[in-house]
Amino acid sequence: MTGVLNRYGWSLGLLAILAGLLIATRIIQPNFGVSGLDSLARAALPFAFCTAGMAIVVIAGGIDLSIASVMAVAGVIAALLMQQMGDASAGLVVLVVLAAGIGMGVINGALIVLTRGPDIVVTLAMLFVWEGVALLILNAPGGAATPWMRELVVGGLTLPGVPAAMTMWVPRAFVVLVALVVIIWLPLRRSKLGLSIYAIGSDQHAAFRSGVAVGRTRIAAYGFAGLFAALGGLSITLSTGIGEPIPGPYLLASVAAVVLGGVALTGGKGGLLGPIIAVFILRTLRLDLTLLSVDPNVTTIIEGTIMVAVVMAGGLLAMRGRH
Amino acid sequence: MAATIEIAALPQRVGRVIRANPVIPLILLLFALVALLEGLQPGIFNERWVGNTIRFAIPLAMLAACQTLTMLTGGIDLSAGVVATISAFVVATLTPLVGGPSAIVLALVPAILMGLVNGFGVGICRVHPLIMTLGTGLIGTGCLQVYQRYVINTGSEIPGMFEWLGTGRTLGMPNALFLFVPFAILILWGLRRTGFGRLLYAMGANEKATRLSGVRSWQVLLALYTMSGLIAGLTGLLYVGIIRAPSLSLANSLMLPSVAAAVIGGTSIFGGRGSYSGTIVGALILTVLGTLLTLLQIPEGARRILFGAIILVVTALYVRITDQS
Repeated sequence: MTGVLNRYGWSLGLLAILAGLLIATRIIQPNFGVSGLDSLARAALPFAFCTAGMAIVVIAGGIDLSIASVMAVAGVIAALLMQQMGDASAGLVVLVVLAAGIGMGVINGALIVLTRGPDIVVTLAMLFVWEGVALLILNAPGGAATPWMRELVVGGLTLPGVPAAMTMWVPRAFVVLVALVVIIWLPLRRSKLGLSIYAIGSDQHAAFRSGVAVGRTRIAAYGFAGLFAALGGLSITLSTGIGEPIPGPYLLASVAAVVLGGVALTGGKGGLLGPIIAVFILRTLRLDLTLLSVDPNVTTIIEGTIMVAVVMAGGLLAMRGRH
Repeated sequence: MAATIEIAALPQRVGRVIRANPVIPLILLLFALVALLEGLQPGIFNERWVGNTIRFAIPLAMLAACQTLTMLTGGIDLSAGVVATISAFVVATLTPLVGGPSAIVLALVPAILMGLVNGFGVGICRVHPLIMTLGTGLIGTGCLQVYQRYVINTGSEIPGMFEWLGTGRTLGMPNALFLFVPFAILILWGLRRTGFGRLLYAMGANEKATRLSGVRSWQVLLALYTMSGLIAGLTGLLYVGIIRAPSLSLANSLMLPSVAAAVIGGTSIFGGRGSYSGTIVGALILTVLGTLLTLLQIPEGARRILFGAIILVVTALYVRITDQS
């Protein structure tokens, strides 16, 4: 009971921080409104997807250092195929990209299981490998995004039969995020596989002795991380319009959001709600700093410092929990 | 029957030989690569080429020292490349303002500071070194970009000492050896003969046992990461002397090879096993391999894949070898 309270208490606390930050944004910039919310949601989209992927792996007791490179590969595949195949087959391209993401995740997981190396080392090696793959696919930023697909994440929500004024303030990017996370995560969490993921994260040996196929579960967790990373890469391409082969700062951001979101780096605890709220907190913070006309490089330093501080505090908490 | 026993025993025996003298197979591999290069382009193997190879292997070997030392405790220092870049950039931009010697001192300050922060995070907050050093690397890059705007008009100059070290030659061999040979001897001696060196091995082999026998592990880690920062800073100073053109991403390209050099050199990424002599040979192997890849016109992407694959394969091999023992 207290565990449940604790879990939702953490998320509620994060929500309160987010609300405070949004109010602060409104004070700093009085005309912050629908378009500001829209660009905030769009900027947060890739971060939220990769954080969701990272959270699943961390819950399973691992960590995926290659997640930003997997996103880059997915992004360049999407940009290149959308440019070559035209508007009509854009849906097919999305399926190809998602399949590629799952494939990359499964390769990561399978290599960890096969080599018996620690997750952190194997995914470090794969970080370099996927980075190389992205560069081989597209040597410099290029490609294009299909216009009607871009419409999916730009602008406000319009529902048939409901007055536009009522729904316009909800950014489409936010709806896409919530819908996809709900469609993928909720069934997974309730399934046997989801339970197994939590089980191998909290105690691998106990899970093995209670009949969980540890190797297969780990591969599946990395597969889901790959799927979310592909969604992240896709959303980068859709919001910028081109494919970028050099991975962005998503790795550290996702680890920080996962820790801030109440998922223990030791595994087995937490969900996706907290980390995704944490992503929005970090993004809003960046937005506020930009609105205060802080130099973007200084913003990067502040952001990096906050992330490192969060991870350090998480480390101290984890240590206290262990003793 | 006898044959199957022999086959089964072979990996064990190979494993034992590698564990006893990890440098011997590495040197053989180095010679094999040089022979392959000579076969592909006859006449490439001459005194000038050897000198150049050593010259470019030295900064790599020095940066790989950061990885070797931290890996011995089961860590890693991913901020080393950024630290080297910062020191190089700072020294080049401050020399016209404050003169060579004080610029060198000022350039090593951020290096030591970043090392201290890493040591604080890893030793006291118990953050995983990979995440910690990645984070400080990111912060360092941001700071460098802010700093760059303040010195954009000062121009750049490299202290004469490092230019001499980086570009000069004595008896056909690069002058960088005057810095590197004492450095390597110091590291080799420090790891084998001093208490601090032994502590690094002990902490990597079994941190809990080390702590229970009275070692304050946070002090060791703090000193270790600070030292790693200092070494990275020194590498940056030498590297800018070799390249002679400071930039905001100067030594970042050495980062990945430095991890690979330590791993190839037989330092276990899990800690407790490894030597600096192996790392030096690893750096030479990677430099020769780099020449080979350039000769074969392999694109940058494939190079990264290859380095990643090397780390993966070697790590997997080490897991197997340690499992058998």
